[in-house]
Amino acid sequence: MAQKRKVTATVVSQRQIGGQIYDLWLETKLAKNAHPGQFVAVYPRGESMLLPRPISICETDKGKNMLRLVYRVAGKGTAEFSTCKAGDRLEVLGVLGNGFPVDKAKGKRAFLMGGGIGIPPMLELAKAMDEKKQILLGYRNKDLFLEEDLARYGDVYVATEDGSVGTGGNVMDIIKAYALHADVIMACGPMPMLRAVKEYAAQNGIEAYISLEERMACGVGACLGCVCRTTKTDAHSHVHNARICTEGPVFEAGEVDL
Amino acid sequence: MNTAVNIAGVTFQNPVMTASGTFGSGMEYSDFVDLNRLGAVVTKGVANVPWEGNPTPRVAEVYGGMLNAIGLQNPGIDVFIERDLAFLKKYDTKVIVNVCGKTVEDYLEVVERLSDTDVSMLEINVSCPNVKEGAIAFGQKAESLYDITSQIKKKAKQPVIMKLSPNVTDITEMARAAEAAGADALSMINTITGMKIDIHRRKFVLANRTGGMSGPAVKPVAVRMVYQTAQAVKIPIIGMGGIGNAEDAIEFLLAGASAVAVGAMNFVNPYTTVEVVEGIEAYMRQYGIENVTDLIGGVM
Repeated sequence: MAQKRKVTATVVSQRQIGGQIYDLWLETKLAKNAHPGQFVAVYPRGESMLLPRPISICETDKGKNMLRLVYRVAGKGTAEFSTCKAGDRLEVLGVLGNGFPVDKAKGKRAFLMGGGIGIPPMLELAKAMDEKKQILLGYRNKDLFLEEDLARYGDVYVATEDGSVGTGGNVMDIIKAYALHADVIMACGPMPMLRAVKEYAAQNGIEAYISLEERMACGVGACLGCVCRTTKTDAHSHVHNARICTEGPVFEAGEVDL
Repeated sequence: MNTAVNIAGVTFQNPVMTASGTFGSGMEYSDFVDLNRLGAVVTKGVANVPWEGNPTPRVAEVYGGMLNAIGLQNPGIDVFIERDLAFLKKYDTKVIVNVCGKTVEDYLEVVERLSDTDVSMLEINVSCPNVKEGAIAFGQKAESLYDITSQIKKKAKQPVIMKLSPNVTDITEMARAAEAAGADALSMINTITGMKIDIHRRKFVLANRTGGMSGPAVKPVAVRMVYQTAQAVKIPIIGMGGIGNAEDAIEFLLAGASAVAVGAMNFVNPYTTVEVVEGIEAYMRQYGIENVTDLIGGVM
């Protein structure tokens, strides 16, 4: 694993691409070692806010040392990031966690499933996988984002909760509507979606890898803040908890209790 | 220039340590800092058996600090000795093991298991407010603090540090009880119990409802308590609470601490510990201070 570092990154560009969704490109050497599904932790600049915000890596341009983060404004920290302009500096800790096991999809039909703000990591993943991909995206409404980027790397299917675009419902409804099949699933999204993915995968005997999130403090495995429940005793903790920042954020669905 | 400090017969190359629970076993921060540069690594609390800890969310940010309610998740003493102590042996730094338990017997079991290891000191966590077992923490009643301290002292092969809780009416009363029971040193302060409520969901932010507050916002409380305690007891004090740079650390030394520990600020800046070491050296050069011990209790 590449060494983790805290670095100063430069904002290359930022634009709003949805309701509360922002598309940020950073210039940083961290881009070189980033794998799909890994994340960085970005520090707010206000001194009253101490902890870095974990944000998944959406895309890298390794030749230009650039990292793309697509995030939703969820509180004061991300609201501050959303005001960043080209040339601004941000402190970033990275790269963190274990990403999607791209090798496990070799020669298989894959579903890449993203729900809401779980969609961004699917882009770097789609770029890294040579296999034919079925990319299933779930949105709340017609404010789609990243679907055009993703369409360059596979067959994109869209679901919206309000039915305004594509299949009405969520990513699971897409599978039914189009009678899609896959041998392996890579997914990131809200907990109800991940539970449904896990159940679907188990019922159909499909391998599934899901990316989890939790409130984090250190981001490097020291504080044990961001654990998830595991079905077996975890090799590091020796209890039924795994660190999302370190053993995760991506887990084989059967390993975790959701 | 001499940065070494001596606590209960153990010499530390400098007075900068890590606060238990914020630095894992040291392994987690070894990508960022050269552990050989630290006075000591104080490890995350370890019990006689593995502990699952609390449900999530376990952490929350508050203004100038954070709350945690990890619940002392730990892999138990066997794994700790085999894996974490073995890792730390590779470094030229002192190791202080933080010990936790639900009963006095639990603590004694860990203390005995550590007796034939080469750890330098034991730090006894009698104040973690997160685990709900028992009515009140050992460190919140002078009698029970006296009792557990004296029992541990009978068994311990290494010098014993009692880590004091700030969640008491008079911390100097606790400090005197620990000293009277034979404690070799004190560390303070543990986290201050706090709470955060999500007004939109009308729910507690932490699954445990309450959590221990740490970070820069608690520093003035910690400095005050270290100062008061230094006036009340003769045993050395390891000071902590929001230390994020050398200036903060020097405040604690001047208030009467013989050493300091960096806690939550490791999360903010993973290089903090080594920057504090270097900053203390720069301060000593600036003021022509030969021995760092000259700073201890140096407030006038």
